[in-house]
Amino acid sequence: MKIRTQAKQIVLKGGTLFDPLRQTLETGDVFIQDGKIKAVGKIAGPEGAEIIDCTGLIVTHGFCDPHVHFREPGREDKETLKTGANAALAGGFTRVCVMPNTDPPLDSPESIRFVLEKSAELPVHIHPIGAITKGQLGREISEMGAMQFEGAVAFSDDGIPVANGQVMRLALEYSRMVGMPIINHAEDPMIRNEGVMNEGIVSTRLGLPGNPDVAESVMVHRDLELAQLTNAKIHVPHVSTAKAVHHIRQFKNDTSLALTAEVTPHHLYFIDEALSSFNTNLKVAPPIRSEKDRLALIEAVKDGTIDCIATDHAPHTIEEKEATFDLAPFGLIGLESCFGAVNKILGQQSGLSLKTILTLLTLRPRKIMGFETDLFAEGCEAELVVLAADEEWVFGENDIFSRSRNTPFLGETLVGKPRYTIAKGSVAEIG
Amino acid sequence: MLQQKHLLGLENYPAEDIQTIIDTAFEFREVLERPIKKVPSLQGKTVVNLFFENSTRTRISFELAQKRLSADTVNFSASSSSLKKGESFKDTAQNIEAMKIDAIVMRHPTPGSPLQLTKYVDAVVINAGDGTHEHPTQAILDMMSLQERFGKVAGLKVGIIGDISHSRVARSDIFGLTSLGAEVTVCGPATLIPPEIEGLGVTVSYDLDAVLEWADAVNVLRIQRERMGVGLFPSVREYRSLFGITVERLERIGKEVVIMHPGPMNRGVEIDSTVADGDQAIILDQVLNGVASRMAILFLLLGGKV
Repeated sequence: MKIRTQAKQIVLKGGTLFDPLRQTLETGDVFIQDGKIKAVGKIAGPEGAEIIDCTGLIVTHGFCDPHVHFREPGREDKETLKTGANAALAGGFTRVCVMPNTDPPLDSPESIRFVLEKSAELPVHIHPIGAITKGQLGREISEMGAMQFEGAVAFSDDGIPVANGQVMRLALEYSRMVGMPIINHAEDPMIRNEGVMNEGIVSTRLGLPGNPDVAESVMVHRDLELAQLTNAKIHVPHVSTAKAVHHIRQFKNDTSLALTAEVTPHHLYFIDEALSSFNTNLKVAPPIRSEKDRLALIEAVKDGTIDCIATDHAPHTIEEKEATFDLAPFGLIGLESCFGAVNKILGQQSGLSLKTILTLLTLRPRKIMGFETDLFAEGCEAELVVLAADEEWVFGENDIFSRSRNTPFLGETLVGKPRYTIAKGSVAEIG
Repeated sequence: MLQQKHLLGLENYPAEDIQTIIDTAFEFREVLERPIKKVPSLQGKTVVNLFFENSTRTRISFELAQKRLSADTVNFSASSSSLKKGESFKDTAQNIEAMKIDAIVMRHPTPGSPLQLTKYVDAVVINAGDGTHEHPTQAILDMMSLQERFGKVAGLKVGIIGDISHSRVARSDIFGLTSLGAEVTVCGPATLIPPEIEGLGVTVSYDLDAVLEWADAVNVLRIQRERMGVGLFPSVREYRSLFGITVERLERIGKEVVIMHPGPMNRGVEIDSTVADGDQAIILDQVLNGVASRMAILFLLLGGKV
């Protein structure tokens, strides 16, 4: 991948333009000048403009990931804002929201400012999510107002469930003032207990402690009831079970409820059977579930119960993941492999249209997080991705730009690959 | 001679290879009855016993098997190891292999660690127990003991009694016994039966009397008192009354059932002393067969000569 500053004038020539906002799909050119959209349609290229041939390629809004971990500050050995931004570009992402479980956690306006200042010059938009509770300790709600003022876009104690129902209620109530979503990592810690993988026949076979699906669904149900009670915005992260899907579907019948949900590529792609390899790169929270759950997630994407894709990109060092299964940390990286994995499962295998899949990666997450959605409008910053949507490729070490390598997608054949990612005045040529 | 290089577990292990191991073990059993119990089969081979978890009987059984086969053996235990100095599992494994050894017998508290070990070393790996996953050599000696008693394993009705959830013996027994054609019922407190275990081809029962009436043999697992502390079963008193193999219970059944136990026993808890020492029990035969089985496994995996 080569990242360079954009030429003063660029024409993306002859691509198929997909506008997720208007759901239009047509052949055309995009003229970018000084990093901004100048014109869209049939462009008779200006003299001296850089021409990027997009024949046979899709040109659409840059992907937006509402859920990544870039580990800065505190664990820069795993990832930094800079290396994370590179991973994002390689995956076609122009905008990501970073979770606050750093060291120290992003639980104050000062820490929110730190992330924004540190990422200002990076070629990807990075938005901090503030902690729900001070120190992510689950006891006292954080300064949401002050964090919003500094640029926080949502609140989450991700990685750590808000176990205390009263604290969750207060957080939801308080968040109404800032009008931003509360994102709770929903796993009842007592029911999850020591579980390291999905509970079921596979955990029984392997002798690994199981984490039952109800650990998730019980807390999702609690959160949805509380959101209804408080009339707050709630976004359910990394839904992994058929049971949680069922609750979300039921609650979406209440159209006054501001409820959204995301699913990860790895929960759509893998099933617990794969843990038979004891591959620590498949150790993740919530765990990789059963085939029944996986199919329920695909169905939930199809019927709109699930709104968007989020990678939950969670880098860990090789040393940590080379440990035995019990000691290895939870999490896997997912930005670089996201589109190829999701497009393979939802498109090639489940028959969703490319338009729908791209909408899950662009318009929907932007709407949830309150970002600009009319990205082909004249004067808008050029924030685009150019894709080879049908290209089959084998995901390898060379495709990783994260500082970490912990991914179960290595060696997997994926369908669809980003070619160029354009944002903040830069062009990433992914190759 | 065996299809797989390592012995990591009995799940999907070829039935004919289990039988080959058992048949070979009976030959070594004869060696163990001789006045001079040593054969030169593995002379010049080096085996490391890598124990990350305390063990007395399994380690001694393996060590005796190695010595009877004239292999050189080295013992490594976690308490004396560099693990305490922060060395990783991978480094420990690669350091030991760098000293040119032929096989590693490993016990480790984490499921899957023997499979992981095979990725770091070229040596033959024998699983001597990986957490709550598998303990294949124990299951092989159990099946050998059943074959000794009944002539064959196929068609036998075998009960496994106690804490199935946390038992590597139960898992390997289930995989091995069902593979050789025995019928298996697991019986214990509902909180100690893992979910969906019927998917492994076994029946679940909470009624010990019914299982004893049905079974040709039962394997009685050790109940660990620390499971009580976290509320997995309420009391030893109740455990004993529901799942203890007592003299009264066996008298009430009025039928011969062969009693096995992988040890170490809690006499007076899961099994009465009188039962453990009685005629129905083949517990000490299991111990002797353990040495013979492990000789067979080492011999077959290390390509020893007769």
